[in-house]
Amino acid sequence: MSTIDQSIHGDDVTRRDMIHLGTAGVGAIGAAAAIWPFVHQMNPAADTLALATVEVDLSQIGEGEGVVIMWRGKPVFVRHRTAAEIAEAEGVDVSSLADKQSDGERVKPGKAQWLVISGVCTHLGCVPLGTKPGDEKGEYDGWFCPCHGSHYDISGRIRKGPAPKNLEVPAYAFTSDTTIIIG
Amino acid sequence: MGHGPAFEPKNGAVKWFNDRLPILSLLHGALGPGYMAPRNLNYWWNFGSLAGLCLVIQLLTGIVLAMHYTPDTLVAFDSVERIMRDVNYGWLMRYMHANGASFFFIAVYIHILRGLYYGSYKAPREVLWMLGLVIFLLMMATAFMGYVLPWGQMSFWGATVITNLFSAIPVVGDSIVTLLWGGFSVDNPTLNRFFSLHYLLPFVIIGVVILHIWALHLPGSNNPLGIDAKDDADKIPFHPYYTTKDIFGIGVFLLFFCAFLFYAPNAMGHPDNYIPANPLVTPDSIVPEWYFLPFYAILRSITFDLGIPFTDIVFIPAKLLGVIAMFGSILLLFFLPWLDTSKVRSAKFRPTYKILFWFFVVDMVILTIVGGKKPEGIWPVVGLIGTFYYFAHFLVIMPILGKIEKTLPLPESIANPVIKAPQKGI
Repeated sequence: MSTIDQSIHGDDVTRRDMIHLGTAGVGAIGAAAAIWPFVHQMNPAADTLALATVEVDLSQIGEGEGVVIMWRGKPVFVRHRTAAEIAEAEGVDVSSLADKQSDGERVKPGKAQWLVISGVCTHLGCVPLGTKPGDEKGEYDGWFCPCHGSHYDISGRIRKGPAPKNLEVPAYAFTSDTTIIIG
Repeated sequence: MGHGPAFEPKNGAVKWFNDRLPILSLLHGALGPGYMAPRNLNYWWNFGSLAGLCLVIQLLTGIVLAMHYTPDTLVAFDSVERIMRDVNYGWLMRYMHANGASFFFIAVYIHILRGLYYGSYKAPREVLWMLGLVIFLLMMATAFMGYVLPWGQMSFWGATVITNLFSAIPVVGDSIVTLLWGGFSVDNPTLNRFFSLHYLLPFVIIGVVILHIWALHLPGSNNPLGIDAKDDADKIPFHPYYTTKDIFGIGVFLLFFCAFLFYAPNAMGHPDNYIPANPLVTPDSIVPEWYFLPFYAILRSITFDLGIPFTDIVFIPAKLLGVIAMFGSILLLFFLPWLDTSKVRSAKFRPTYKILFWFFVVDMVILTIVGGKKPEGIWPVVGLIGTFYYFAHFLVIMPILGKIEKTLPLPESIANPVIKAPQKGI
């Protein structure tokens, strides 16, 4: 036995090192591969992802009114804007904004009266007020988040407060003049 | 730290068992007559064992509550109401658990402040201090997830706001939030995993508590004088002296606990959490539990971007800066043993630090008040000043003060100021 030991520790060191490295390497890859399912199980499951689309009938929404739609467990604001509101939204100097977007980029071409935005404050996820008639609308006549005081204008753009971004415009499409599909 | 008398069981059966598994020797040395503690520990040293008691209360009541609670968004709220109304003594279990959480934080906050006052974080107890901070962080995570389980309005919106903190992380933030939620909003998958982790983490805390006590018993307890206990004249056995003192403390503690438990069980909760969660309606104001308020105030006080003034160049947006400040305010404490440059441990011999310590306590109280107010009027400014002072205390005052402060002369030994030190060898 002693002669074999000597040959291992003496002449064959590089071979033994190779085996150590190989074992550790394969073990590390195997461990990483085994960890991934434990991480990925936390991501949205197939049935959660399948809650794809919601259809909204716009004919029920009068001018100057808005509704809140539930989509993927989160609110979406759909607002029928008046001509004055559109003019106000378009009249803003884009370079003065924190998150620079013109009103035209946030609505569908020719449908400027319909503003469809996520009702989730981009700060920490509260639902801003301003859709219901009696709500506080903030200093820019749009929406106001009561949690940490973010003010959004009538285009849903951040104007004042801690939120970093404009209210997100979700993917949606007009299927007719009075119907949209969100998602 | 020297050891007291060794464990020598008189009963043959006990000796037989202990020879094969020396767990009784371990307890004897850790919490019994075998652990020699400084003779001058005052009542501020009671709060470690009180925190331990709170952990036991939370575990016992929590295991009972889990037998009756259902982690499903459709029935979670109702299952808690059923515990309150129908389950035998369910109201007692739940109120003990809810108030126990608050009292756990009270005990731990006093425990931490005691460490700050008497310099318990300094060499050779740095790792002991850090393990305590790990326990504190685990407690915060556990308490936060526990508050979500009743699925009331504050549960839902608190969870929404706190999980959204992670969206501030550049590039991967949104993916992390989706991963935490298991969906696109706080929903049933979120509730289920929070329940699982809320049950798990207290057992992790037990593990770290054992490490905490282990790390404590190598150098031994610090003491009000902050000097090392040298010989037997400086020390007394933990049992019966400090076990008795701890039991007295537990009696006083339970008086306060029961006063809240039976006469004001909802005083430290928020009434909105008795409204079932509604994802479409944000409460008037979202307020975390009182023990998170100072850190919530730090989060909210940052409303400005970090960048080059008068340009659009932003290095750190306000949202991320607020999150960094909040987490940083606690992570900073891990570096305190090195930020404090003073060789003297106890504030008793540091006349300036003694005053500044209380400034810091007042600052924490102010931040707690600000955290509970709506961010309007004077409060954001007060919060910003409070936040600034918090960081200045650790990053500016502590390093400089240790260099320039004229400390008072330290006593020769713990026994010395109490009794005349007898001449050795007489």
